[in-house]
Amino acid sequence: MTLWLHEFRTEQLLFWRNREAAFFTFLLPVIFFLIFGSVYGKDFIKREHVKASYFLEAGMIGYGVAATCFAGLGISLVVRRESGVLKRIRATPLPPATYILGVLGSTFVVFLIEAALIMGIGRVLFSVPVPRALLSLLFVLALGALAFAAMGLGITGFVRSAEGSSAVINAVYLPMAIISGTFFTPATYPGFLKAIANVLPLTHYTKITRDVMLHNQPFWTDGGSIAVVLAWGAIGAVCAVWRFRWQPREA
Amino acid sequence: MNAVSVRGLRKSYGSAEAVRGIDFEIRTGEVFGLLGPNGAGKTTTIEILEGYRERSGGDVEVLGVDPQRGGRAWRERLGVVLQSSSLYPNLTVRETVRTFGGYYERPRDVDEVVELIGLAEKAGSRVRTLSGGQKRRLDLGLALVGDPELIFLDEPTTGFDPGARRTAWETIRNLRSLGKTILLTTHYLDEAEQLADRVAVLRAGEIVREGKPSELTAASALTEIRFRRNGTVVVERTPEPTQRLHELIHEFGGTEIEGLEVRRPTLEDVYLELTE
Repeated sequence: MTLWLHEFRTEQLLFWRNREAAFFTFLLPVIFFLIFGSVYGKDFIKREHVKASYFLEAGMIGYGVAATCFAGLGISLVVRRESGVLKRIRATPLPPATYILGVLGSTFVVFLIEAALIMGIGRVLFSVPVPRALLSLLFVLALGALAFAAMGLGITGFVRSAEGSSAVINAVYLPMAIISGTFFTPATYPGFLKAIANVLPLTHYTKITRDVMLHNQPFWTDGGSIAVVLAWGAIGAVCAVWRFRWQPREA
Repeated sequence: MNAVSVRGLRKSYGSAEAVRGIDFEIRTGEVFGLLGPNGAGKTTTIEILEGYRERSGGDVEVLGVDPQRGGRAWRERLGVVLQSSSLYPNLTVRETVRTFGGYYERPRDVDEVVELIGLAEKAGSRVRTLSGGQKRRLDLGLALVGDPELIFLDEPTTGFDPGARRTAWETIRNLRSLGKTILLTTHYLDEAEQLADRVAVLRAGEIVREGKPSELTAASALTEIRFRRNGTVVVERTPEPTQRLHELIHEFGGTEIEGLEVRRPTLEDVYLELTE
């Protein structure tokens, strides 16, 4: 526990010190919320029976979980692996599981702060009410954090170089964020995009967030969507166990 | 008591054999040098001892433990400097030492370690602002922060300027005087000569010579004599230098022999002889 806390503190220090990562994974969803919220936040989305700012806020939680727990986590672990830091850590008595749990704990805290910030901005600037089903909200945040972090760990094994890590991972998650409808409602998409959206975890995750945050439903309302998110999380976890490496690629 | 014992160690990658059955022992408190050109198998060997790679054959014991089964208690007793520096660029020197110190049960005092590696003035600087040599010293500091019994140094001074190398050597000598056991790989012969109690020379995955640095040079019995005869340089190698000098003095009729040099073979000569 002491060791975990030590690693957690180090990870927090490392995250906030790395300005680029902190910007892209932590601040960007907040900034997008501010921009898009100002642009079309006052519109009314008939299909969902809510103001667009309500809709966007829930979407930005989804975008945020993909940015912090999937992209941010994945990129930083690939960079550390290829720079030899992970290998170096394996030479110390720190158990590998404690290290990974420290990294995950820190990532989750970053996401929680981000989610709180998004909801705070929504409340103050766009008068979005704070969701009433708080316990369900916590479950939703935890589900997203765990599933997307598992995918983040899982993708590291498919990225070969530190230089390519942000390119590859951004190429995966940015289109996913757009297609999944974190910014706009996917209901108006053309058929082929809808078909893609329907298999993406973020589409289903965003749906669950909206059920809870906009419609104040308990989080288990849409069991099918939860199953899809969990399935993707499981695929990520399997890939992580199968392909996660501590050592850089041989020169 | 041996800190490390290696018997019949083999490692192959596919059909290529990187290490072809080597034996050596490192006694507790000794500095042992593993010497050889690039690709001779030094890093493969040291990484097997560190527990990073699985061996293909043979027996290995490090501090009485098979490295493939080394757990946390075993790692508490080891210090490792990898061949390439691997640090967090955004932490300061002191934060880096504190972070790694936190992984050990009984770490050394952070400032003491920073002092020991000569980075006291840089303690508050970010790692990204350090020079290559300073980063390497920080690597050494991280290997020492857990107060290990056995320290693996994989080419610890590669890329150092001469001054920095002498400082690093001083640090390594200090460690030895504290009773630490050290395994050092290097392709600098003067480094092995300066630091190691015993060396093994690796070539293409085999140990071609092993012993004290002085024994290695003695084993090559030829002494080199250089002089100029009628303006051209003559180099001779002889097992009986005194006899040969007598002859030369006689030949030159007691006059000054131009450019005369008599040189015992250095470890470098032996090394080149062995590895080429």
